[in-house]
Amino acid sequence: MSQDTSPVDDTIPDTTAVPGTVADDSEREAQHPSTAPLAIHDMTVAYHRRPVLWDIDYDAIPGQLTAIVGPNGSGKTTLIKAAVDLIPRASGDVQFFGAPYRTMRHRVGYVPQRGSVDWDFPVNALDVVAMGLYRRIGWCRPVSRRYRQQAMEFLERVGMAQYAKRQISQLSGGQQQRVFLARALAQQADLYLMDEPFVGVDAATERAIVTILHELKDAGKTALVVHHDLQTVPEYFDHVLLLNMRLVATGPVSDVFTPENLRATYGGKLALLDQVGHRMTLGQTRS
Amino acid sequence: MSRLDNNSNRLNFTPPQRFCQFTSRPTATLLLLLIAASPVTLFSQTPSPPTHTHLPGVSLEHSGTSITDTRIEWPGWDKLADTLLMRQYNTRIVLLGTIMLGIGAGAVGTFMLLRRRALLGDVIGHSALPGIAVAFLCVELIAPGSERSLPVLLLGALVAGLAGVGCTMGISRFSRIKPDAALAIVLSVFFGAGIALFTIIQKLPTGQMAGLQQFIYGQTASMTAADVRLIAGTSLVVVVVLAVFFKEFRLLCFDEEFGRSHGWPTTGLDFVLMALVVSMVIIGLQSVGMLLVVAMLIIPAAAARFWTGRLGPMTLIAATFGGTAAWLGGVVSSLFARFSAGAVIVLVGSLLFTISLTLGTRRGLVPQFLIHLATNRRVGRHDLARTLYELLEPKLHNDPTADPTADPTADPTADPLCRHLLRHSEILSRRSWSSARLGRLIRRAVSDGLLQTVVHGWRFTESGARNARSVARNHRLWETYLVLHADIATSHVDRDADLIEHVLDPELIEQLQLTLASRYPQMDMPPSLHPLDSHT
Repeated sequence: MSQDTSPVDDTIPDTTAVPGTVADDSEREAQHPSTAPLAIHDMTVAYHRRPVLWDIDYDAIPGQLTAIVGPNGSGKTTLIKAAVDLIPRASGDVQFFGAPYRTMRHRVGYVPQRGSVDWDFPVNALDVVAMGLYRRIGWCRPVSRRYRQQAMEFLERVGMAQYAKRQISQLSGGQQQRVFLARALAQQADLYLMDEPFVGVDAATERAIVTILHELKDAGKTALVVHHDLQTVPEYFDHVLLLNMRLVATGPVSDVFTPENLRATYGGKLALLDQVGHRMTLGQTRS
Repeated sequence: MSRLDNNSNRLNFTPPQRFCQFTSRPTATLLLLLIAASPVTLFSQTPSPPTHTHLPGVSLEHSGTSITDTRIEWPGWDKLADTLLMRQYNTRIVLLGTIMLGIGAGAVGTFMLLRRRALLGDVIGHSALPGIAVAFLCVELIAPGSERSLPVLLLGALVAGLAGVGCTMGISRFSRIKPDAALAIVLSVFFGAGIALFTIIQKLPTGQMAGLQQFIYGQTASMTAADVRLIAGTSLVVVVVLAVFFKEFRLLCFDEEFGRSHGWPTTGLDFVLMALVVSMVIIGLQSVGMLLVVAMLIIPAAAARFWTGRLGPMTLIAATFGGTAAWLGGVVSSLFARFSAGAVIVLVGSLLFTISLTLGTRRGLVPQFLIHLATNRRVGRHDLARTLYELLEPKLHNDPTADPTADPTADPTADPLCRHLLRHSEILSRRSWSSARLGRLIRRAVSDGLLQTVVHGWRFTESGARNARSVARNHRLWETYLVLHADIATSHVDRDADLIEHVLDPELIEQLQLTLASRYPQMDMPPSLHPLDSHT
């Protein structure tokens, strides 16, 4: 195995890419995409003949919680997967903290959709969380007591310590989601990409995830979260990215999460959208 | 140890100390290594016995008997003991080879099963057939009439097996054909090609002697010491690789995409895993045959899943099951010349599977049924306790001496719940239970010591009263929680609370109490949220 594919040796942080260090140079430099936690430039993704994402240009705002919103099949999951090289890009360029993903893996935590794995797999919750530490443990070494303790701390952070020894199929959907979240947290990344963490979870888990998101934000981390519940977008997130095969709009929730933009995103199909949008504008005028 | 066999003194069980560097691995894996290492130490002490000749004493090539001869020769006790304990060198060789095969196949099969590639072993086995034929024909062309060379044949099998796997994966990846169809196509096409080539070989002068048929059905007895060494060596390598890359393979099988996003070379790992499977299948061809080799991969793993919920123990159990099935299968087939080893190994394996399916502690049918039964009983006990509590609740604040329903024989200092008489008809009027069901519930409660039988009815025992109080309390806490936080109408709450209250764990109850403390401060028992006298 070659050295550059080894997950252990790229843990040396690339200081030049830390946001803020280049900000002193000039205003223009500071806003340059290369310093953004995630900078997508002109990205197009296609499955066979069917294009899924067209010409996406997007810079994530550091230290903010951003929701990725769009109807089914609008390419939300594809956006994340293509960014982290899980799906080949037809064209375009993606940089994390100013460098390609393969050199920045350690700073990016990816939380896949809960449905993407077989929950009947013979591992317990702690085993799954420890997977987030595998890169740090390195090739061929077993998960030692030290790493198990670390994994336990992250399980505690999501309020799941008492379920550590439980086989994952015996957890509820929300608990499974929290295990996935703990696994990503264990990476101690600076940018988190979460795919539908709020789908099918109970109220307690939803609150736990929101708390974690705010803790991440307070620690200066960035999170991009694929979100399906339009009602809670203004409550949970600072920024929003409206997506429907192309980028419809992006910016602070108060500016971008408008009825017009939502209609442009969802094609005016849902009557509910008007209500949500209406409530939003009312809320804004009131406050 | 039998003195009859002059080879037996070669047996030397030196502890394989050179494997001690692996002590940092879980002890489970270490054990596997020790098992795997012992035949190698055995062989390293042994001058090479004659190779490429079938060993005398175990050459059981269908005994040369005719089909009409249906007699089964029953072995004597001596032979049975000899075989079981592997006293004879030749038997030992064959059995050790088969056991090693079982261990390796069981271990690697675990990962195949979890990777949802159970049938890939079958594809490899079937694809290997034309490879063997081609390899044989090549040898015939280059050096006609030479001895059958197993390594060459297996090399052909290896190449063809890999080609089969490549075709299967390629077809399902690059075309719209689904994986199951791809499996079926590749499997039958390669097998067809193999059979066609075998027909050609049969017509060659040396073809009859080649014994290529054994690769289809398997023939353990024809194993030579060199073959066994090959099998043992390969199994050992497979087990070591699995142990070394255990963590990586676990990640690969559980969540390949996540692993890839972390920079693990999942394609490479997948290739290594596939190479292990192909090796196990290829070396298994000779002893169990291509038709049954898939069973050695999958059955032990599937059986192991019934006993554990973790990958390490599952791999270990699968390896043990594989080894056991192979050992017993080998023993039976060497005792009864008419049984093919492959078939017996698979049958023993399926017996282990059936036992696991029914009795497996983790998800076996019997334990699952018992859990189900226990849950039903607990639900019944809770329902009865709560009904009885609610029946007595209005009377609790009355003076028991003035109450006509109070049992005059009861100890006046006891828990107030214990002082009242419970009558069958009275309980029945509260619930839509049948009389028989109520009778069952009460009998169980009496035998659990929650109720005691008195004249004309029953009375709570002290522990029964405590239990009833806590059950009723949990129910009401939960009801209140549902009304406060889940927006459920008061009239519907009893049903919903019923569904969930039986599975409340103590931590959740504590949480509920905290949540509701503000609503019912200082209150031991929250009031019921719905009228209690109705049938519920």
